[in-house]
Amino acid sequence: MNNRKILVFVPLLIFTLLGVLLWVGLYLDPRELPSELAKHKRPLPAFSLPSLTNPGQTLTQADLVGEVALLNVWATWCPTCKVEHGFLNRLAREQGVTIFGVNYKDDPETARNWLRRYQNPYRAVVVDQEGSLGLDLGVYGAPETYVLDATGRIRYRHVGAVDAAAWQTLQQVMASVAQEERP
Amino acid sequence: MRVFLLTLLLLPGLSWGAIDVYEFSDPQYEERFYQLTRELRCPKCQNQNIADSDAPLAADLRREVHRMLEQGASDDRIIDFMVTRYGDFVLYRPRVNGVTWLLWYGPFVLLGIGVLVVVLISRNRRQRVASATERRGDHGDGAQPDHRRDDGTAPPSLGPEESARLNTLLQQDSDK
Repeated sequence: MNNRKILVFVPLLIFTLLGVLLWVGLYLDPRELPSELAKHKRPLPAFSLPSLTNPGQTLTQADLVGEVALLNVWATWCPTCKVEHGFLNRLAREQGVTIFGVNYKDDPETARNWLRRYQNPYRAVVVDQEGSLGLDLGVYGAPETYVLDATGRIRYRHVGAVDAAAWQTLQQVMASVAQEERP
Repeated sequence: MRVFLLTLLLLPGLSWGAIDVYEFSDPQYEERFYQLTRELRCPKCQNQNIADSDAPLAADLRREVHRMLEQGASDDRIIDFMVTRYGDFVLYRPRVNGVTWLLWYGPFVLLGIGVLVVVLISRNRRQRVASATERRGDHGDGAQPDHRRDDGTAPPSLGPEESARLNTLLQQDSDK
């Protein structure tokens, strides 16, 4: 008889668990896609692509290695990139942050004009006209910003514009990565 | 006029061909291409596979699948290629591993639990009926309802004379 009394509450228990599960699910963002490269601290994918600002020069993954830096994937067709561009300029100029750019599926000439017009926050810009580097990085939309450690491994990905709020997180990640590398 | 109408009929065919055209050196590749692009999920426009999606990224991924097929890559290699870049997220048919085990086998576990519960309940009921008829001391066939009172005790059972009388009364009715 006692057993039966407990059994009566089993459906209620299942219902409650299911309710909690669905409740939590309501607040998850299904569009948030964790970066596989950042998750496994993978090194930058190998590439050999022209430089945007220095035509004729070929950039490889080795050119982006050496210090903790941001890698910003951008394009002139991307409105959000224009929104964040001023912020990136300030980061580079005022805070001395090293930012590399990947000009993603864009026309190099238009991109060069854009940098002339809106200033250039990038130490170097890789021309990824075909989107092959973007594919290897797992880019699914511009802008995306990655944190690279000094050995060129990818440590973090931010999707969307870099603004004050995003920079706070990025700054923390960069600081902890730099801390970790100091012997 | 007839020529014009016939041309109109051909138009939908034209718009179809404009999406993207891939040539396959082996008809088997084509089949695998459609299979793979149906099972890979577009990271940009979620809830669409890369075969259905019009997003530029989906077109890139289709091109990549086609390129790898033509290079002779196996389905597993193509899927690995996508997963290392976009994660398990791109798989509409998740692989069986520690995380997805529940997803694949959970329903069968639930079904098993359900069957177990039904078996236990029916066995429990049969036992209760059997013990109740035993206590009453009559020759019930087990299908009799349980006439226990609210306090759980069985009603006082009939004596041998009483049940003999009850039986004659019941048989009287069925004779008619």
